[in-house]
Order: sequence, then C-alpha cells, then structure tokens
Amino acid sequence: MPTFVYMTRCDGCGHCVDICPSDIMHVDKTYRRAYNIEPNMCWECYSCVKACPQNAIDVRGYADFAPLGHSVRTLREEAKGTISWRLKFRDGREKNFVSPIRTTSWGSIKGPAEYAAPAAADLAGQELAHEPGALKVKGGLPALRPDQLKRGVA
Amino acid sequence: MGLFGGRKTVFVDADILVIGGGMAGCGATYESRYWGRDLRIVCVEKANIERSGAVAQGLYAINCYMGMQWGENQPEDHVRYARNDLMGLVREDLGYDIARHVDGTVHMLEEWGLPIMRDPKTGRYQREGKWQIMIHGESYKPIVAEAARKAATEVCNRIMVTHLLMDQSKPNRVGGAVGFNVRTGDFHVFRAKAVIVAAGGASHIFKPRAVGEGMGRTWYAPWSSASAYALPIEVGAKMTQMENRIVLTRFKDGYGPVGAYFLHLKTYTQNGYGEEYEKRWYDDTKALVGEYVDRHPVPTCLRNHALLKEVAAGRGPIRMVTKEAFQDPHKEVVGWENFLGMTIGQAVVWASQNIDPKEVNPELTTSEPYVMGSHATCSGAWASGPEDYAPVEYQWGYNRMMTVDGLFGAGDTIGGTAHKFSSGSFTEGRIAGKAAVKYVLEKGKEQPRVSEQEYRDLEKLIYQPLENYRIGRNEIVAGTVSPSYLLPIHGLQRLEKIMDEYVGGISTNYMTNGVLLNRGLELLAMLKEDMSRMGAEDLHQLQRTWELHHRLLASESVTHHTLFRKETRWPGYYYRGDHMKLDDENWHCFTLSRYDRKSGKWAMEKAPVYHIVD
Repeated sequence: MPTFVYMTRCDGCGHCVDICPSDIMHVDKTYRRAYNIEPNMCWECYSCVKACPQNAIDVRGYADFAPLGHSVRTLREEAKGTISWRLKFRDGREKNFVSPIRTTSWGSIKGPAEYAAPAAADLAGQELAHEPGALKVKGGLPALRPDQLKRGVA
Repeated sequence: MGLFGGRKTVFVDADILVIGGGMAGCGATYESRYWGRDLRIVCVEKANIERSGAVAQGLYAINCYMGMQWGENQPEDHVRYARNDLMGLVREDLGYDIARHVDGTVHMLEEWGLPIMRDPKTGRYQREGKWQIMIHGESYKPIVAEAARKAATEVCNRIMVTHLLMDQSKPNRVGGAVGFNVRTGDFHVFRAKAVIVAAGGASHIFKPRAVGEGMGRTWYAPWSSASAYALPIEVGAKMTQMENRIVLTRFKDGYGPVGAYFLHLKTYTQNGYGEEYEKRWYDDTKALVGEYVDRHPVPTCLRNHALLKEVAAGRGPIRMVTKEAFQDPHKEVVGWENFLGMTIGQAVVWASQNIDPKEVNPELTTSEPYVMGSHATCSGAWASGPEDYAPVEYQWGYNRMMTVDGLFGAGDTIGGTAHKFSSGSFTEGRIAGKAAVKYVLEKGKEQPRVSEQEYRDLEKLIYQPLENYRIGRNEIVAGTVSPSYLLPIHGLQRLEKIMDEYVGGISTNYMTNGVLLNRGLELLAMLKEDMSRMGAEDLHQLQRTWELHHRLLASESVTHHTLFRKETRWPGYYYRGDHMKLDDENWHCFTLSRYDRKSGKWAMEKAPVYHIVD
C-alpha cells in the first residue's frame, strides 16, 4: 500500500528520506515536504511511517486491489518498547493490537570487540564467536566426519 | 557542467568489505570484528542498515532454530528436512554447517533484546512449527543493525555497489568494488583484501500479478534486486541451481505469510466448493515425481502443484479455512499480529475488503516466481564448504569462498542451502566473516592492486545513463517516450514480460520448454544491448538502472540454467513441457554456470550431490 504525506503535518525533516529502504521518499523542491516519488516500488513496510516524528505519513491501499475507506495506523514508542496498531475496516469495524519491540535498552548491545580477544589458534577451528557456550549444549559444536558423505543418487 | 563535473571520487580502503547490510551482512560484519580486532571492516549498503534488506519491516517468526539445548532437533534433522523439501538437491555440507551454529545466533539475538515468545507450560521458546519459533520482531532489523554498527570500522549507507573489481597482480582474485552515492552522486572505489557479498536475491524479474501501484506488493522486497548474483556473476564466479526459482502460496494480493496459519493456528485449505483437494492429485503428482510425493512433510513445490491443478480444473479459488481457529481470541490476535509484524500490506487488504478471517475464509493464490537463496529454494553462488568434513569437490579454499579468490558470500548469495531464513542468513554471514578474517591473515595479506583504467572505465559506464537522458531529453517536448533512451521502468517491464512469457511465469502457469527458453535468451540479449541506451533523469533513476542491470544478468543465468536442466525437478515451481518428469538418473546433480564477461558466453556443467546424512 503506497504511502502519502499530509501537507499540513510534514515539516520536511527528512527522517523518512533517510530510512526508506526503497529510496522512494524524497523532499519536494517546491513545497519542502516529503512525498512518495514511486508508489509502485513501495513495499508498505511502514519504515517511514514509524520514523516520522510528526505522524505525517499514512498509507492508502494499492488502487488496483484495495477499495477505499480503510486505515492501518501505527505508533512505535522506543522508550516504552512497544508498537501499537489500529485497523479500521471499510465498513467501520476496528481492531487494536499492541506488541513489545525490544526487551533491552536501545544502544545496550555489547560490540564484538568488547569481549576478550579469542586465541589465535581458535581461528583455525570451526567455532564461531561465543561458542561453544552460546550453543547451550553438552559436548560442544556438533560435527560430521568426512566418511559420512556419500556421493550419488538418493 | 561536463559528465564528471563536480563529482568526487571517494576511495575507501578495507581489509574486509561487506556488500549489503541485511541479515547476512550484519552477521558478517559482527563476526569479522570478533576475529579481526585490528582489521578495517567496511559495510556498504544501498539503503540504511537500520531498515534494509528483507527483514526491514520485521518478522513474526524465526524459521530456523534447532533447539538443541532441549533436544528438540539436531543439525542432521534439518539437513533431511531441507533436502526433502528441495526434492533431493541441497548442499548438505553447507546446510549442516548453518544448522550446527544457528542456535548460538538465536541465543545472541535474545540477549541483544529481541523478544522471543516462550511456551508458558515448558518455559521453552514458543514453537510455531518444528523449525520455527515465534517472536515479536518489529525491531529485529534495528537490533541487528545496532550490533553491526558497533562492529564496523565504517558503515557506508546509501551507496549502490554496481561492480566488483579484480586484483591486477594475481589471477582470479577479487580486489574491491565500485559504486555511487545515491544522494551526492559521488563515485566510490573500494579496495579490499576480501569481499563478502551479502546482497539481496531477486524480486521483479518475473512479471508480478499486481498491476499499477500494486506492483510493489511483491512477496520478496522490491529492493532485493539480484545484486547477490550479478556481482559475482560478472567476475566469473560459478553459480548453482539458478533454475530453482520459488513460487509462494500466500494470501491473495497482500502475499501475507501462511506458515503461522498452517502450523500454529491449525487452519487448512479447501477449494471453492469447500472440498479437500490435495489427495485428489496424488496419482497425477506421483506420475511426475515418483516416490518424492510420499515424503513427509510433502515438499512445498508439490503442494503448489496440487493447488495449481485444482484451480486449472475449474474449482477455484483455494481458500484458507480460518473461521474455526479465529473463534479463539488468542489465535485471532496471533493471526493479525503475524501480519502486522512482517506483512502489513495483508492487513490493509483485508481491512479494505472487509475480510475478517473470523467470518470469512480468505483466498490464497500462488505468487510470481522469485530467485533467492535463503527461503524454500537455493539459487546462488557455488561455495567452498566447511574444512572439517566437506567433500573434496566442495572444498577449494576457505569456508563460503566462491570460485573467485578472496570473494565470499552469505545469505541469498550462497547457493544450495535452502531454509536458512533470517537466523540462518545471519549465521552464514558469521561463518563467512570468520573465514574472510582467516583469509586476510593468511593467504590474502597483500593489498590487491586495482587498475585505475578499469575503475575509470566503469565510472564512465555507471554515469552514462544520466548523460543519455540529458542529451536525449532535448529531442522531445515532454513525457516519457523518447527514440533515444529507455527509462529504467521500461527496461524492468520488458524484462518481467520476457521472463514471464518465456521462462515460466504466471501467464503460462509456470510452463516453459527448450524452444521458449531459447527465444527468451534472444530477447534478453536485445534488452542487454539496449542497456547502453538507458536514460536516468536523476540519481534515483540511476540506482534503478543499475538494479535493472543486476536483475537482467541474474535472469540470463536463470534462463540458461533452466535450459540446461532437462527435467521437471520441482513441479509447482516450474515445468519443462518437453521434459515433464523428474529424472534422477540423469539430473540428481547440481547445475553450475560460469559467465565470461568478455565473450558474453555461459558455460554449463554438472556437479555431484553428496548425501551426508541417511
């Protein structure tokens, strides 16, 4: 469903331009506000809708199969760690949903270089970072023997 | 202003260059840093890694998790499953390798803050099916991107990589890549000791069912533009199983996923008259594929086949029976959140058409074909296997290294490893990342020498569409019709039409044959010639032009592979009308291709399949 931008709400900040995976949210040179330059390459991923600080971006279902009168709105709150959805059907029925989006604080991931450096000899082995511990199995990383390989027809 | 007036050339030197910052690219970046503390690790992405790749809008499930800690599955079980689903042909060495590491990846994702649902009775991860666990994955990609940003020396967003560069001092060794900044227009030259291609598979090479605005509502992301294949193909890396395109049975128009519906909500399908139909086509399918139809679970392509036959018999549409399951309020919430978490467009379609699955059984349809390497299909590059057990034919260097020295891949890029999905792609990125570090510290210590002549020639080629447009535009009053240039959308629609009509798209019910494929190749060759006359009005159109270039090369590869394999291995994905049966005697093998960019010729060969697990 392609996105569109409400003229009175957009302040041209460009967050949507920065985030759009399809590079289709651009700022109009005359109005200094964002718009969808290529609706037929929009995946309705809602990345721009979620990123807009002014809630200026909405969507209208693809004209070739979606009758008018519906709406699917969302509010993503990073500090609360939730995303809320409100669906409105063409006939007016409504449905509401809320889901968690993250269990830890933003920016809290430990970078790989913050862990103790692996021994040089471990580079030759098959274990990846944090293994075997991260696998939570007894007996370490599973492996096959070369003689378990059989060439041919099933 | 001349052709290159005001445009800068930016040089970026790296030890390891990761192309594409999706799941595989973020995994590769993270792992490269863990093992290569002092290395320059650069991740380049045409969008913004915060929301890029196939997981940009989120996921509601992780489809590849063994659960070894609870004894749920072992890696060899996953190999059997993937082999069965792909009608016998997967790289079992590579698949096992992902399966043995993937649990560690998932535990890491949970530690980073990805909400994974738990079964309240057992305390284990909530299973959706045997391999799938359920997540609240709206922020799956931002979480993974945070880890990658902390690992990379530099993340270069909004740079579209168009070509790889080769080392001039050593034969068959990669040396870097070139591309352009889609915001500033600057030309970028990356010089790297090792390159990991972690770009996206291919949507929009076959004509989609939707028309007009809806053409963006493809199953796979419209920004997955086959760079995963075109970049390695152009430098002569061998590709495998490119004929193995995938067709998805999904909710109509929105392509909303059916996995949670089948597996967790226990909904089921029936024809337009409320009848079960799959059993009806058992004998028909058995005549085509023999005992493969008796395998459990029934391979995805064969279930498609039954659906297609039933619709062709005049008993459509096929519907998902949801009315019973949705009476349970918990299941209703899961059903809707499943879409909102990963395919929002399906919720929009249902809201717009007043489809409440509690009251109406929604329609299903089969999608246009896609070419990719991470879902229930395995197109991609031919890669070296794990050192500890891969057979000799599968091992010529470092794990996940292609047939070009120093060139690695992961995710959609690597062929033969179906059913890796998001967690497996991230894991394969990690495997490639570690191997690339090893390569850089051992064999690839020397900085490659890239040819200035080569990248300057490429620079001219890359920006030519802007010049074509600038000059040609003066010939016409206004509008999009020019005798001198084609716009990228024109080229894309021609490509989609050729592939659709000649290579087994929706218009022919996925049917093709040798005559059609050869004619398709002739038409693709003419489109290839026309690519030198593409016109781009701005940098956005220039990005679309090079995406089209990548899609076209991948399509050529798909067509050659489809022509080479003289059997119908995956009925329901595509049919060779001139070879309608599965032929294990001659085709229980991988197909390999190598493209020679000087002559434009494709060399095809077979490679043996090894079964490592009973």
